[in-house]
Amino acid sequence: MIPAAFEYYRPKDMAAVLSILEEHGDEARVMAGGHSLIPMMKLRMADVQHLIDLQDVDGLSGIEIGADAIRIGAMVTQAAIIDHPDLAQTAPILREAALQIADPQVRYMGTVGGNVANGDPGNDMPGLMQCLDAAFTVVGPDGEREIAARDFYEAAYMTAREDQEVLTAISIPLPKGGYAYEKQKRKIGDYATAAAAVQIVKDGAACASASIAMTNLSDTPVYCEAAGAALAGTSVDNAALSAAVAAMLDDIDPTEDNRGPVAFKKHVAGVILRRAITRAWSRA
Amino acid sequence: MSQKQHYKITVNGKEEEFLAEPRELLIYTLRERLNVTGPHIGCETSHCGACTVTIDGKSVKSCTMFVAQADGKDITTIEGIGSPDALHPLQEAFKEHHGLQCGYCTPGMITRATKLLEENPTPTEEEIRFGMAGNICRCTGYQNIVKSIQAAAAEMNAAKEAAE
Repeated sequence: MIPAAFEYYRPKDMAAVLSILEEHGDEARVMAGGHSLIPMMKLRMADVQHLIDLQDVDGLSGIEIGADAIRIGAMVTQAAIIDHPDLAQTAPILREAALQIADPQVRYMGTVGGNVANGDPGNDMPGLMQCLDAAFTVVGPDGEREIAARDFYEAAYMTAREDQEVLTAISIPLPKGGYAYEKQKRKIGDYATAAAAVQIVKDGAACASASIAMTNLSDTPVYCEAAGAALAGTSVDNAALSAAVAAMLDDIDPTEDNRGPVAFKKHVAGVILRRAITRAWSRA
Repeated sequence: MSQKQHYKITVNGKEEEFLAEPRELLIYTLRERLNVTGPHIGCETSHCGACTVTIDGKSVKSCTMFVAQADGKDITTIEGIGSPDALHPLQEAFKEHHGLQCGYCTPGMITRATKLLEENPTPTEEEIRFGMAGNICRCTGYQNIVKSIQAAAAEMNAAKEAAE
Protein backbone atom coordinates (compact mmCIF):
# COMPACT_ATOMS: atom_id res chain seq x y z
CA MET A 1 0.00 0.00 0.00
CA ILE A 2 2.86 2.40 0.76
CA PRO A 3 4.90 3.47 -2.27
CA ALA A 4 8.59 4.28 -1.95
CA ALA A 5 9.72 7.89 -2.04
CA PHE A 6 10.25 9.68 -5.33
CA GLU A 7 10.87 13.12 -6.76
CA TYR A 8 7.74 14.52 -8.38
CA TYR A 9 7.56 16.73 -11.46
CA ARG A 10 4.54 18.32 -13.13
CA PRO A 11 5.96 19.94 -16.27
CA LYS A 12 3.87 22.10 -18.60
CA ASP A 13 5.31 21.03 -21.93
CA MET A 14 6.86 18.03 -23.65
CA ALA A 15 10.31 19.64 -23.89
CA ALA A 16 10.47 19.73 -20.10
CA VAL A 17 9.25 16.11 -19.88
CA LEU A 18 11.97 14.98 -22.28
CA SER A 19 14.70 16.85 -20.47
CA ILE A 20 13.77 15.18 -17.15
CA LEU A 21 13.73 11.79 -18.87
CA GLU A 22 17.10 12.51 -20.43
CA GLU A 23 18.61 13.61 -17.15
CA HIS A 24 17.44 10.62 -15.10
CA GLY A 25 17.35 7.80 -17.65
CA ASP A 26 15.48 4.69 -16.57
CA GLU A 27 15.07 6.03 -13.01
CA ALA A 28 12.38 8.33 -14.40
CA ARG A 29 8.89 7.37 -15.51
CA VAL A 30 6.02 9.37 -16.93
CA MET A 31 2.61 8.94 -15.36
CA ALA A 32 -0.73 9.53 -17.06
CA GLY A 33 -3.84 8.51 -15.09
CA GLY A 34 -1.73 6.55 -12.64
CA HIS A 35 -4.13 3.62 -12.45
CA SER A 36 -1.59 1.00 -13.47
CA LEU A 37 1.58 2.69 -12.25
CA ILE A 38 0.44 3.72 -8.76
CA PRO A 39 -0.90 0.24 -7.92
CA MET A 40 2.47 -1.20 -8.98
CA MET A 41 4.29 1.41 -6.89
CA LYS A 42 2.09 0.60 -3.88
CA LEU A 43 3.11 -3.04 -4.19
CA ARG A 44 6.74 -1.93 -4.68
CA MET A 45 6.80 -3.77 -7.98
CA ALA A 46 7.65 -0.58 -9.84
CA ASP A 47 10.72 1.34 -8.74
CA VAL A 48 10.29 4.94 -9.81
CA GLN A 49 12.69 7.52 -8.43
CA HIS A 50 11.60 10.42 -10.63
CA LEU A 51 7.91 10.59 -11.40
CA ILE A 52 6.79 12.88 -14.21
CA ASP A 53 3.08 13.67 -14.04
CA LEU A 54 1.74 14.52 -17.51
CA GLN A 55 -1.53 16.10 -16.35
CA ASP A 56 -0.47 19.69 -17.11
CA VAL A 57 1.35 19.00 -20.38
CA ASP A 58 -0.38 20.86 -23.18
CA GLY A 59 -1.79 19.22 -26.25
CA LEU A 60 -2.32 15.65 -25.05
CA SER A 61 -6.07 15.66 -24.39
CA GLY A 62 -7.67 16.24 -27.77
CA ILE A 63 -9.88 13.99 -29.86
CA GLU A 64 -9.75 15.05 -33.53
CA ILE A 65 -11.83 13.35 -36.16
CA GLY A 66 -10.36 14.03 -39.59
CA ALA A 67 -11.37 12.97 -43.08
CA ASP A 68 -9.18 9.87 -43.05
CA ALA A 69 -8.17 9.29 -39.47
CA ILE A 70 -8.96 9.90 -35.84
CA ARG A 71 -6.25 11.34 -33.64
CA ILE A 72 -6.54 10.75 -29.92
CA GLY A 73 -4.19 12.47 -27.50
CA ALA A 74 -2.45 10.14 -25.10
CA MET A 75 -4.04 11.77 -22.04
CA VAL A 76 -7.62 11.30 -23.26
CA THR A 77 -9.39 9.33 -20.53
CA GLN A 78 -11.56 6.28 -21.03
CA ALA A 79 -14.47 8.39 -19.74
CA ALA A 80 -13.81 10.97 -22.46
CA ILE A 81 -13.84 8.23 -25.11
CA ILE A 82 -17.19 6.99 -23.82
CA ASP A 83 -18.74 10.47 -23.64
CA HIS A 84 -17.61 11.77 -27.05
CA PRO A 85 -20.69 11.69 -29.30
CA ASP A 86 -18.91 12.03 -32.67
CA LEU A 87 -16.38 9.37 -31.77
CA ALA A 88 -19.21 6.99 -30.87
CA GLN A 89 -20.52 7.55 -34.42
CA THR A 90 -17.19 7.32 -36.20
CA ALA A 91 -15.52 4.51 -34.27
CA PRO A 92 -18.16 2.88 -32.08
CA ILE A 93 -15.87 -0.02 -31.19
CA LEU A 94 -13.81 2.36 -29.02
CA ARG A 95 -16.79 3.13 -26.81
CA GLU A 96 -17.89 -0.50 -26.71
CA ALA A 97 -14.43 -1.55 -25.55
CA ALA A 98 -13.91 1.34 -23.12
CA LEU A 99 -17.14 0.43 -21.32
CA GLN A 100 -15.65 -3.01 -20.66
CA ILE A 101 -12.47 -1.56 -19.13
CA ALA A 102 -12.20 -1.24 -15.36
CA ASP A 103 -14.94 0.73 -13.53
CA PRO A 104 -16.28 4.31 -13.52
CA GLN A 105 -13.67 5.74 -11.15
CA VAL A 106 -10.78 4.16 -13.01
CA ARG A 107 -12.21 5.34 -16.36
CA TYR A 108 -12.27 8.97 -15.15
CA MET A 109 -8.52 8.78 -14.58
CA GLY A 110 -7.09 6.04 -16.81
CA THR A 111 -6.00 7.25 -20.22
CA VAL A 112 -5.92 5.66 -23.66
CA GLY A 113 -2.22 6.43 -23.97
CA GLY A 114 -1.43 4.81 -20.64
CA ASN A 115 -3.49 1.79 -21.60
CA VAL A 116 -1.61 1.23 -24.85
CA ALA A 117 1.84 2.18 -23.56
CA ASN A 118 1.65 0.11 -20.36
CA GLY A 119 2.56 -3.14 -22.10
CA ASP A 120 0.47 -5.36 -19.85
CA PRO A 121 -1.15 -8.01 -22.08
CA GLY A 122 -4.25 -7.70 -19.87
CA ASN A 123 -5.00 -4.20 -21.17
CA ASP A 124 -7.81 -4.10 -23.72
CA MET A 125 -6.85 -1.15 -25.93
CA PRO A 126 -3.66 -2.69 -27.40
CA GLY A 127 -5.53 -5.51 -29.18
CA LEU A 128 -8.21 -3.08 -30.23
CA MET A 129 -5.59 -0.75 -31.73
CA GLN A 130 -4.04 -3.66 -33.60
CA CYS A 131 -7.45 -4.57 -34.97
CA LEU A 132 -7.94 -0.96 -36.13
CA ASP A 133 -4.37 -0.76 -37.52
CA ALA A 134 -3.65 2.29 -35.37
CA ALA A 135 -0.28 3.99 -35.15
CA PHE A 136 1.28 5.41 -31.99
CA THR A 137 3.21 8.67 -32.07
CA VAL A 138 6.17 8.74 -29.72
CA VAL A 139 8.37 11.76 -29.05
CA GLY A 140 11.95 11.47 -27.89
CA PRO A 141 15.26 13.31 -27.91
CA ASP A 142 15.59 12.70 -31.67
CA GLY A 143 12.11 13.95 -32.46
CA GLU A 144 8.87 12.29 -33.33
CA ARG A 145 8.22 8.90 -34.91
CA GLU A 146 5.24 6.66 -35.54
CA ILE A 147 5.07 2.99 -34.61
CA ALA A 148 2.31 0.73 -35.89
CA ALA A 149 0.29 -0.85 -33.06
CA ARG A 150 0.87 -4.16 -34.81
CA ASP A 151 4.66 -3.69 -34.36
CA PHE A 152 4.62 -2.05 -30.93
CA TYR A 153 4.35 -5.00 -28.53
CA GLU A 154 7.42 -7.19 -28.03
CA ALA A 155 6.72 -9.04 -24.77
CA ALA A 156 4.97 -8.40 -21.46
CA TYR A 157 5.80 -4.80 -20.46
CA MET A 158 8.27 -4.60 -23.36
CA THR A 159 7.35 -2.32 -26.22
CA ALA A 160 9.03 -0.59 -29.14
CA ARG A 161 8.99 2.69 -27.19
CA GLU A 162 12.47 3.64 -25.96
CA ASP A 163 12.96 4.67 -22.32
CA GLN A 164 13.46 8.31 -23.26
CA GLU A 165 10.39 8.45 -25.50
CA VAL A 166 6.85 9.43 -24.55
CA LEU A 167 3.76 8.19 -26.34
CA THR A 168 1.82 11.33 -27.23
CA ALA A 169 -0.99 10.32 -29.58
CA ILE A 170 -2.79 7.50 -31.33
CA SER A 171 -3.88 7.73 -34.96
CA ILE A 172 -6.62 5.43 -36.16
CA PRO A 173 -7.69 5.14 -39.81
CA LEU A 174 -11.46 5.70 -39.91
CA PRO A 175 -12.88 2.23 -39.21
CA LYS A 176 -15.24 0.74 -41.78
CA GLY A 177 -18.02 -1.82 -41.50
CA GLY A 178 -19.33 -3.77 -38.55
CA TYR A 179 -17.56 -3.95 -35.23
CA ALA A 180 -17.50 -5.80 -31.94
CA TYR A 181 -15.37 -5.92 -28.83
CA GLU A 182 -16.29 -9.09 -26.98
CA LYS A 183 -14.70 -9.77 -23.60
CA GLN A 184 -15.00 -12.70 -21.22
CA LYS A 185 -14.11 -11.69 -17.68
CA ARG A 186 -14.73 -12.99 -14.18
CA LYS A 187 -16.24 -9.74 -12.95
CA ILE A 188 -16.31 -5.99 -13.47
CA GLY A 189 -12.85 -4.52 -13.63
CA ASP A 190 -11.11 -7.80 -14.37
CA TYR A 191 -8.67 -8.21 -17.20
CA ALA A 192 -9.97 -10.54 -19.89
CA THR A 193 -9.88 -14.31 -19.71
CA ALA A 194 -10.16 -13.80 -23.46
CA ALA A 195 -11.29 -10.88 -25.57
CA ALA A 196 -11.63 -10.26 -29.29
CA ALA A 197 -11.72 -7.06 -31.35
CA VAL A 198 -13.31 -7.44 -34.78
CA GLN A 199 -14.02 -5.07 -37.67
CA ILE A 200 -15.71 -6.52 -40.77
CA VAL A 201 -16.41 -4.90 -44.12
CA LYS A 202 -19.29 -6.33 -46.13
CA ASP A 203 -19.56 -6.35 -49.91
CA GLY A 204 -23.02 -7.52 -50.96
CA ALA A 205 -23.60 -10.77 -49.11
CA ALA A 206 -19.91 -11.55 -48.73
CA CYS A 207 -17.21 -10.42 -46.36
CA ALA A 208 -14.83 -8.08 -48.17
CA SER A 209 -12.28 -7.95 -45.39
CA ALA A 210 -11.98 -8.55 -41.68
CA SER A 211 -9.53 -7.48 -39.03
CA ILE A 212 -9.17 -9.49 -35.84
CA ALA A 213 -7.03 -9.11 -32.71
CA MET A 214 -7.13 -10.97 -29.40
CA THR A 215 -6.48 -9.72 -25.85
CA ASN A 216 -4.70 -11.43 -22.93
CA LEU A 217 -4.04 -14.69 -24.74
CA SER A 218 -0.28 -14.29 -25.08
CA ASP A 219 2.40 -12.08 -23.53
CA THR A 220 1.35 -9.42 -26.05
CA PRO A 221 -1.88 -8.60 -27.85
CA VAL A 222 -2.24 -10.85 -30.89
CA TYR A 223 -3.17 -9.53 -34.32
CA CYS A 224 -4.60 -12.53 -36.18
CA GLU A 225 -4.07 -11.78 -39.85
CA ALA A 226 -4.90 -15.35 -40.91
CA ALA A 227 -8.17 -15.33 -38.97
CA GLY A 228 -9.27 -12.18 -40.77
CA ALA A 229 -8.20 -13.67 -44.10
CA ALA A 230 -10.23 -16.81 -43.37
CA LEU A 231 -13.40 -14.69 -43.40
CA ALA A 232 -12.67 -12.70 -46.56
CA GLY A 233 -14.76 -13.79 -49.50
CA THR A 234 -17.06 -15.97 -47.40
CA SER A 235 -20.63 -15.36 -46.29
CA VAL A 236 -19.38 -15.69 -42.69
CA ASP A 237 -21.14 -19.02 -42.37
CA ASN A 238 -20.32 -21.69 -39.85
CA ALA A 239 -17.44 -23.10 -41.90
CA ALA A 240 -15.86 -19.65 -42.19
CA LEU A 241 -16.27 -19.05 -38.45
CA SER A 242 -14.58 -22.37 -37.69
CA ALA A 243 -11.74 -21.56 -40.07
CA ALA A 244 -11.23 -18.16 -38.45
CA VAL A 245 -11.24 -19.68 -34.95
CA ALA A 246 -8.75 -22.37 -36.02
CA ALA A 247 -6.45 -19.72 -37.50
CA MET A 248 -6.71 -17.63 -34.32
CA LEU A 249 -5.88 -20.64 -32.12
CA ASP A 250 -2.64 -21.09 -34.07
CA ASP A 251 -1.60 -17.53 -33.20
CA ILE A 252 -2.36 -17.34 -29.47
CA ASP A 253 -0.23 -18.68 -26.65
CA PRO A 254 -2.10 -18.32 -23.34
CA THR A 255 -0.62 -19.24 -19.99
CA GLU A 256 -2.34 -20.75 -16.98
CA ASP A 257 -3.32 -18.42 -14.15
CA ASN A 258 -6.30 -17.78 -11.85
CA ARG A 259 -8.46 -17.25 -14.93
CA GLY A 260 -8.00 -20.88 -15.92
CA PRO A 261 -5.76 -23.45 -17.54
CA VAL A 262 -4.51 -23.19 -21.10
CA ALA A 263 -7.12 -25.53 -22.58
CA PHE A 264 -9.93 -23.50 -21.01
CA LYS A 265 -8.52 -20.22 -22.28
CA LYS A 266 -8.27 -21.61 -25.80
CA HIS A 267 -11.85 -22.79 -25.58
CA VAL A 268 -13.02 -19.40 -24.32
CA ALA A 269 -11.00 -17.63 -26.99
CA GLY A 270 -12.89 -19.60 -29.65
CA VAL A 271 -16.28 -18.85 -28.10
CA ILE A 272 -15.48 -15.16 -27.74
CA LEU A 273 -14.16 -14.81 -31.28
CA ARG A 274 -17.25 -16.51 -32.72
CA ARG A 275 -19.48 -14.14 -30.78
CA ALA A 276 -17.46 -11.10 -31.80
CA ILE A 277 -17.46 -12.02 -35.48
CA THR A 278 -21.18 -12.81 -35.43
CA ARG A 279 -22.01 -9.50 -33.77
CA ALA A 280 -19.69 -7.51 -36.03
CA TRP A 281 -21.16 -9.22 -39.09
CA SER A 282 -24.71 -8.39 -37.96
CA ARG A 283 -23.65 -4.73 -37.78
CA ALA A 284 -21.73 -4.72 -41.08
CA MET B 1 15.66 11.53 -1.02
CA SER B 2 12.23 12.98 -1.31
CA GLN B 3 11.74 16.38 0.27
CA LYS B 4 8.45 17.54 1.71
CA GLN B 5 6.64 19.90 -0.61
CA HIS B 6 4.12 22.62 0.01
CA TYR B 7 0.62 21.66 -1.15
CA LYS B 8 -2.72 23.43 -1.22
CA ILE B 9 -5.99 21.59 -1.72
CA THR B 10 -9.59 22.50 -1.06
CA VAL B 11 -11.57 19.90 0.87
CA ASN B 12 -15.30 20.40 1.25
CA GLY B 13 -14.91 24.10 0.60
CA LYS B 14 -12.09 24.61 3.07
CA GLU B 15 -8.64 25.50 1.84
CA GLU B 16 -5.91 23.37 3.37
CA GLU B 17 -2.17 24.08 3.18
CA PHE B 18 0.49 21.71 4.45
CA LEU B 19 3.85 20.11 3.82
CA ALA B 20 3.90 16.50 2.65
CA GLU B 21 5.99 14.06 0.70
CA PRO B 22 4.73 13.71 -2.87
CA ARG B 23 4.26 9.95 -2.40
CA GLU B 24 1.59 10.43 0.25
CA LEU B 25 -1.61 8.89 -1.09
CA LEU B 26 -4.51 11.32 -1.08
CA ILE B 27 -6.58 8.98 1.12
CA TYR B 28 -3.94 9.33 3.86
CA THR B 29 -3.81 13.08 3.41
CA LEU B 30 -7.54 13.23 3.95
CA ARG B 31 -7.75 10.78 6.83
CA GLU B 32 -4.56 11.27 8.79
CA ARG B 33 -3.47 14.77 7.97
CA LEU B 34 -6.81 16.54 7.66
CA ASN B 35 -8.90 14.26 9.91
CA VAL B 36 -11.49 13.76 7.17
CA THR B 37 -12.11 10.13 8.07
CA GLY B 38 -15.30 9.37 6.13
CA PRO B 39 -13.47 7.98 3.09
CA HIS B 40 -12.10 4.55 3.96
CA ILE B 41 -9.44 2.11 2.82
CA GLY B 42 -10.71 -1.32 1.85
CA CYS B 43 -7.96 -2.63 -0.41
CA GLU B 44 -4.57 -1.88 -1.87
CA THR B 45 -5.34 -2.76 -5.48
CA SER B 46 -7.77 0.05 -6.43
CA HIS B 47 -10.80 -2.21 -6.61
CA CYS B 48 -13.09 -1.50 -3.68
CA GLY B 49 -13.91 2.20 -4.06
CA ALA B 50 -14.31 2.79 -0.29
CA CYS B 51 -11.94 5.75 -0.70
CA THR B 52 -14.00 7.40 -3.46
CA VAL B 53 -14.09 11.20 -3.41
CA THR B 54 -15.05 13.78 -6.02
CA ILE B 55 -12.19 15.75 -7.53
CA ASP B 56 -12.91 18.52 -10.00
CA GLY B 57 -16.14 16.77 -10.98
CA LYS B 58 -14.77 13.24 -11.29
CA SER B 59 -15.29 10.23 -9.03
CA VAL B 60 -11.78 9.25 -7.98
CA LYS B 61 -10.39 6.47 -5.82
CA SER B 62 -8.24 8.55 -3.51
CA CYS B 63 -5.98 5.58 -2.75
CA THR B 64 -4.77 5.78 -6.34
CA MET B 65 -3.74 9.40 -6.42
CA PHE B 66 -0.67 10.98 -4.88
CA VAL B 67 -1.18 14.16 -2.90
CA ALA B 68 1.19 15.78 -5.39
CA GLN B 69 -1.26 15.08 -8.21
CA ALA B 70 -4.09 16.58 -6.19
CA ASP B 71 -2.26 19.85 -5.52
CA GLY B 72 -4.55 22.75 -6.40
CA LYS B 73 -7.64 20.59 -6.74
CA ASP B 74 -11.12 20.87 -5.28
CA ILE B 75 -12.17 17.75 -3.38
CA THR B 76 -15.53 16.73 -1.98
CA THR B 77 -15.87 13.87 0.49
CA ILE B 78 -18.93 12.44 2.21
CA GLU B 79 -18.49 15.10 4.91
CA GLY B 80 -19.14 17.78 2.29
CA ILE B 81 -22.22 16.11 0.83
CA GLY B 82 -24.46 16.42 3.88
CA SER B 83 -24.41 16.59 7.65
CA PRO B 84 -26.42 14.79 10.36
CA ASP B 85 -28.71 17.85 10.56
CA ALA B 86 -29.03 18.32 6.83
CA LEU B 87 -28.82 14.98 5.06
CA HIS B 88 -28.36 14.85 1.31
CA PRO B 89 -31.29 12.99 -0.35
CA LEU B 90 -28.91 10.09 -1.03
CA GLN B 91 -27.97 9.89 2.65
CA GLU B 92 -31.61 10.04 3.63
CA ALA B 93 -32.47 7.33 1.09
CA PHE B 94 -29.65 5.01 2.21
CA LYS B 95 -31.06 5.32 5.73
CA GLU B 96 -34.69 4.82 4.73
CA HIS B 97 -34.04 1.93 2.35
CA HIS B 98 -31.42 0.13 4.42
CA GLY B 99 -28.65 0.75 1.91
CA LEU B 100 -25.96 0.14 4.52
CA GLN B 101 -25.06 -2.22 7.32
CA CYS B 102 -21.48 -1.89 8.60
CA GLY B 103 -21.22 1.50 6.92
CA TYR B 104 -17.67 1.08 5.70
CA CYS B 105 -18.40 1.29 1.97
CA THR B 106 -21.15 3.88 2.44
CA PRO B 107 -19.13 7.12 2.19
CA GLY B 108 -17.59 5.96 -1.08
CA MET B 109 -20.91 4.60 -2.32
CA ILE B 110 -22.80 7.82 -1.65
CA THR B 111 -20.03 10.04 -2.99
CA ARG B 112 -19.95 8.00 -6.20
CA ALA B 113 -23.76 8.03 -6.39
CA THR B 114 -23.84 11.84 -6.28
CA LYS B 115 -21.83 11.91 -9.50
CA LEU B 116 -23.83 9.10 -11.07
CA LEU B 117 -27.07 11.02 -10.53
CA GLU B 118 -25.50 14.23 -11.77
CA GLU B 119 -24.55 12.51 -15.02
CA ASN B 120 -27.70 10.44 -15.29
CA PRO B 121 -30.58 11.79 -13.16
CA THR B 122 -32.96 8.98 -14.21
CA PRO B 123 -30.90 5.80 -14.29
CA THR B 124 -32.36 2.36 -14.85
CA GLU B 125 -31.55 -0.40 -12.39
CA GLU B 126 -28.97 -1.73 -14.84
CA GLU B 127 -27.39 1.71 -15.22
CA ILE B 128 -27.18 2.08 -11.44
CA ARG B 129 -25.52 -1.30 -11.03
CA PHE B 130 -23.05 -0.57 -13.84
CA GLY B 131 -22.47 3.00 -12.67
CA MET B 132 -21.69 1.80 -9.14
CA ALA B 133 -19.51 -1.11 -10.24
CA GLY B 134 -16.34 0.50 -8.91
CA ASN B 135 -17.67 0.24 -5.35
CA ILE B 136 -17.70 -3.05 -3.49
CA CYS B 137 -19.99 -3.80 -0.55
CA ARG B 138 -19.62 -6.86 1.70
CA CYS B 139 -22.85 -6.47 3.66
CA THR B 140 -25.87 -5.46 1.63
CA GLY B 141 -25.79 -7.59 -1.49
CA TYR B 142 -26.30 -4.29 -3.35
CA GLN B 143 -30.08 -4.69 -3.73
CA ASN B 144 -30.92 -2.02 -1.16
CA ILE B 145 -28.17 0.24 -2.42
CA VAL B 146 -29.88 0.18 -5.82
CA LYS B 147 -33.24 0.92 -4.15
CA SER B 148 -31.70 3.77 -2.17
CA ILE B 149 -30.26 5.37 -5.29
CA GLN B 150 -33.54 4.95 -7.15
CA ALA B 151 -35.43 6.56 -4.27
CA ALA B 152 -32.96 9.43 -4.03
CA ALA B 153 -33.17 10.00 -7.79
CA ALA B 154 -36.96 10.18 -7.61
CA GLU B 155 -36.79 12.55 -4.65
CA MET B 156 -34.22 14.81 -6.29
CA ASN B 157 -36.11 14.90 -9.60
CA ALA B 158 -39.37 15.75 -7.84
CA ALA B 159 -37.65 18.53 -5.90
CA LYS B 160 -36.15 19.91 -9.11
CA GLU B 161 -39.55 19.88 -10.82
CA ALA B 162 -41.20 21.58 -7.86
CA ALA B 163 -38.53 24.30 -7.97
CA GLU B 164 -39.16 25.02 -11.66
